[in-house]
Amino acid sequence: MGEFFRVLTDNGQLFVDGFTNTVKLFLIAAVGSLVLGTLLGAMRVSPVPALRAFGATYVNLVRNTPLTLVFAFLVFAVPKLDVNIDYDDSAAVALTVYTSAFVCEVIRSGVNTVAAGQAEAARALGMTFGQVLTLIVLPQALRAMVPPMMSVFIAMLKNTTIAAGFSVLEAGAIPAYMAERGEPQFAVLLWITIGFLILILPLVALQRILERKWRVAR
Amino acid sequence: MDDVTTGEPLIVLDAVNKWFGPLHVLDDVSLSVGRGEVVVVIGPSGSGKSTLCRAINRLEPISSGTITFDGQPLPAEGKPLAKLRSEVGMVFQSFNLFAHKTILENVTLGPIKVRKEKPAAARERGLALLDRVGIANQADKFPAQLSGGQQQRVAIARALAMQPKAMLFDEPTSALDPEMVGEVLDVMTSLASDGMTMVVVTHEMGFARHAANRVIFMADGRLVEDASPAEFFDNPRSERAKDFLSKILTH
Repeated sequence: MGEFFRVLTDNGQLFVDGFTNTVKLFLIAAVGSLVLGTLLGAMRVSPVPALRAFGATYVNLVRNTPLTLVFAFLVFAVPKLDVNIDYDDSAAVALTVYTSAFVCEVIRSGVNTVAAGQAEAARALGMTFGQVLTLIVLPQALRAMVPPMMSVFIAMLKNTTIAAGFSVLEAGAIPAYMAERGEPQFAVLLWITIGFLILILPLVALQRILERKWRVAR
Repeated sequence: MDDVTTGEPLIVLDAVNKWFGPLHVLDDVSLSVGRGEVVVVIGPSGSGKSTLCRAINRLEPISSGTITFDGQPLPAEGKPLAKLRSEVGMVFQSFNLFAHKTILENVTLGPIKVRKEKPAAARERGLALLDRVGIANQADKFPAQLSGGQQQRVAIARALAMQPKAMLFDEPTSALDPEMVGEVLDVMTSLASDGMTMVVVTHEMGFARHAANRVIFMADGRLVEDASPAEFFDNPRSERAKDFLSKILTH
């Protein structure tokens, strides 16, 4: 047991650096994919056929591509186009591009839970598409969107570990460093698991709070 | 109640056709509604009367023909269409009050967001309208806390808050318990006598008889009869209308 705690205390800085980068990567990709995913979701429910087609193509293309390929594309292929982007930024962009497709589908399924008559009544009052969406449909769709949205974000938090394969020092990269230092892998992996559990707890709490807050809204 | 109309008609449909796939739901329908006129549309289910009503504010796009409102052809989409819809009030069978907004917010949302009115002014007029339909004391409740009849009266107030040039009613009492039909029809009757231009799709023959200027009878997507209520109910010309009336008036 002493050995187990020693692994953490002896390598504290590495754990701190790794998990700090994981949290950074997560926060940037969370905000980015929420914005991009909402835009894509709005396209998929819009009355303009070209926008609907674009949204559907994006989702089908990106959702069916393995995340490692999206990473490889951004880390190896994009710099070849003379775009100056470092590994950390590439990883954030790759996660955002990939997660947006899932966020888009969560938004779309949430919108579909709102009765068609709500949007129809709003249009009959003379509201524009943007007003119908932001004033009437999305506020009522939020409640249904919370549980699947949290699943998407928890999956994304864990997906950040793929960045380790592309030279980004985050939590997923810790085992390789520890192997070089000759630390016992079993203890290392347990500590990383505990770290992720701690990171996921606030997300679960947030889900509880939002579900409770929006329960009365109907 | 004859000859209330003055000047050019407010709503004109000319040779309107509409298909849902192979189904011909509106078959060469032409109709004009004058300012201040109350037109009641009746007919068996599936006759196209709801589609006709919904086509007037383009909630249902038509396949061919033209519809003009207040001298202008209906815009196809975008801002001009939104503007037209803001001038035509619509009341639905299923009320469609905004479930996440209070009764008062339901009535003031359109004026504030679409007409860009000051919230205080919109609120004042909203409360006056709620008072007129007899629900002022429920202003801070949510739609689900009201009875069907109350909800439908709020829906009428919501449409009136936009100060529309005409009102469309798509079977406004069909989803109501029988004892609540009267309170909604009372509000509609008072609107009609105030001179509002109204197109009303309904099965309420009593309302058609006493509040309508004209009765339109539709069957199989066609406009079969267009007559005054007395003429239509006492002396229908078509076999289709005679058959329909014999089925609903014998009970």
